[in-house]
Amino acid sequence: MTIVNDPAAEPGIRGWLTDPEPTSRTQARIGNLYRGWRSFVRNPLAMVGFTIVVLLLLAAAFAPWLATHNPIVGGDLRTQRLLPPGDEFWLGTDDQARDIYSRLVYGSRLTLLVVVLVTVIAMPIGLLVGTVAGYMGGWIDALLMRITDIFLAFPRLVLALAFVAALGPGIENAIIAIAITAWPPYARIARAETLTVRNSDFIAAVQLQGASSGRIIWKHIVPLCLSSVIVRVTLDMAGIILTAAGLGFLGLGAQPPLPEWGAMIASGRRYIVDQWWVATMPGVAIFVVSLGFNLLGDGLRDVLDPKAAK
Amino acid sequence: MASVDTATGGGRGRALLSTSTAVARFVGMVLATLLGLVAVTFVIGRVVPIDPVLAVVGDRASPSVYARVREEMGLHLPLWQQFFIYLGDVLKGDFGRSVLTTKPVVEDIARFFPATIELATLGTLIGTIFGVPLGVLAAVKRGSLIDQVVRVIGLVGYSAPIFWLGLLALLLFYAKLGWAAGPGRLDVVYEYQLKAVTNMVLVDSLLQGNMAVFRNAVSHIVLPAGILGYFSLAYISRMTRSFMLNELAQEYVTTARVKGLSERRVIWRHALRNAAVPLITVIALSYANLLEGSVLTETVFAWPGLGRYITNSLQNADMNAVLGGTLVIGAAFVALNLFSDLLYRLFDPRTRKR
Repeated sequence: MTIVNDPAAEPGIRGWLTDPEPTSRTQARIGNLYRGWRSFVRNPLAMVGFTIVVLLLLAAAFAPWLATHNPIVGGDLRTQRLLPPGDEFWLGTDDQARDIYSRLVYGSRLTLLVVVLVTVIAMPIGLLVGTVAGYMGGWIDALLMRITDIFLAFPRLVLALAFVAALGPGIENAIIAIAITAWPPYARIARAETLTVRNSDFIAAVQLQGASSGRIIWKHIVPLCLSSVIVRVTLDMAGIILTAAGLGFLGLGAQPPLPEWGAMIASGRRYIVDQWWVATMPGVAIFVVSLGFNLLGDGLRDVLDPKAAK
Repeated sequence: MASVDTATGGGRGRALLSTSTAVARFVGMVLATLLGLVAVTFVIGRVVPIDPVLAVVGDRASPSVYARVREEMGLHLPLWQQFFIYLGDVLKGDFGRSVLTTKPVVEDIARFFPATIELATLGTLIGTIFGVPLGVLAAVKRGSLIDQVVRVIGLVGYSAPIFWLGLLALLLFYAKLGWAAGPGRLDVVYEYQLKAVTNMVLVDSLLQGNMAVFRNAVSHIVLPAGILGYFSLAYISRMTRSFMLNELAQEYVTTARVKGLSERRVIWRHALRNAAVPLITVIALSYANLLEGSVLTETVFAWPGLGRYITNSLQNADMNAVLGGTLVIGAAFVALNLFSDLLYRLFDPRTRKR
């Protein structure tokens, strides 16, 4: 093999990162990450998405410092109610004389909470179901996949609605309901990935060493499924945010006075004609954040899963 | 989408046999899904923290009355027996009585569902009529302005909350510009001029030749259908684009060009015809999504459809109505999936043989 432009000749940290013959496993791994990052950075739209998501994280982390007013307790109801955007209230005030900008900043915490918790609940379920079904095969596979298909056949929002109806409104129950409806696609993907590696030599080698099924699935199959599942989860995050906002809008998600963006749109709905900013601003926030996750997901897919990108 | 897995069969007889096994498996799958749907609504109905007996007898009733009603409702039976009773009721079309409207839930659904169908159908029509040509043009002129436009339409469609866009549309086209009518299906004056036949206002007014009502109905439906149509368009145009890119790279396209066919003919007659097969699936899926998306849209536009019925009932803890509505939308969803799968088999001979 001849390398025309030997990157190893490059000195310093970059040379170490792009070394075609890494000397340790860690170096190979970090080098891979670095190459992924390089191609990710070259994609401007993906960088826009990445920036939006980073800004969301920063807003959530530094909400008390970024907010200019109290997000829950409003100002003077006689003079500061439904004020248009201006110097004092950057995005105006709502019907409780609360600063909309500050509420949006604090609301970013709720949005992140929903996204993170739904992912933390749904991704392991999907991975477990998919890898076990794919690796075990036979009747276990048939049973697990039928259950997955049944859940896939449901309309997501309507099912979440019904679950919230049973559990009672509130942000925790909304999260549970969304997670219950979110895992089936991950199980499908994990199973497909498992089927492609199940009969490969390295799995046979581990089997011959006497590893248990649980160990093989956890240590050798799950890591291989992770990247495609992560891509799918990132692409799903916008959908999760939109569903949570929809539940909030219907009064079934976060309850007042929590500054959840969907619920804020619902409370601003009455004033849409004369005080358009009350319902519009939270919608802009939802839109921008969903857009960010969509762009980030597209970019990640191009890096992690080049087969699917087209 | 359910993948089509048929056994490899040689000869016509074997192929036929494998098709019928595939169909049998398919039907079994659909039945299992519907059964699962009923099971889920049953479970949800049981975990609700509302005591159904108390809801009937009130909290002043004596223990003996309570026990009698409980027995009448079959709640003393083991859960699996309760499930079969529930399943039987559902199969008979008995979803119980709505607390809110005091009518049987089935009657309510029959009244409200047509409005949702009307809205979703119009939305899908808009999405298909505009989405398919846009997607084709984007694929043919890859990287051009129109391709960018389709990309942006798609991104907005995947990222914007549908209820927010609905509110903005109301603000702009109804309140500010006055181009369209506001929430609801008809102005109050027209409300009682129409006999309910199909419960779809557009169809009813046309059937009865009442053009004034028809015009009013159009001005009311244009915004919600337009919003739903936009989301459908975003999805359909994006999928059309990728299917067409796939087809245009095939060799038969080159052959057609070499034969000297006009570019127009190659694209619209040859490539699009082959892309049409997966497109049918996409359109059916988008229709199913609109049935669901109508829950939020109907709330914004005060549209008296099934989605608003479910959310209204939810807010009043009217569980029979919620579960009945969920079952119907879920079943419609399953039916549409089934329908698209069958069409796929019908139009694509490859799915039958392989």
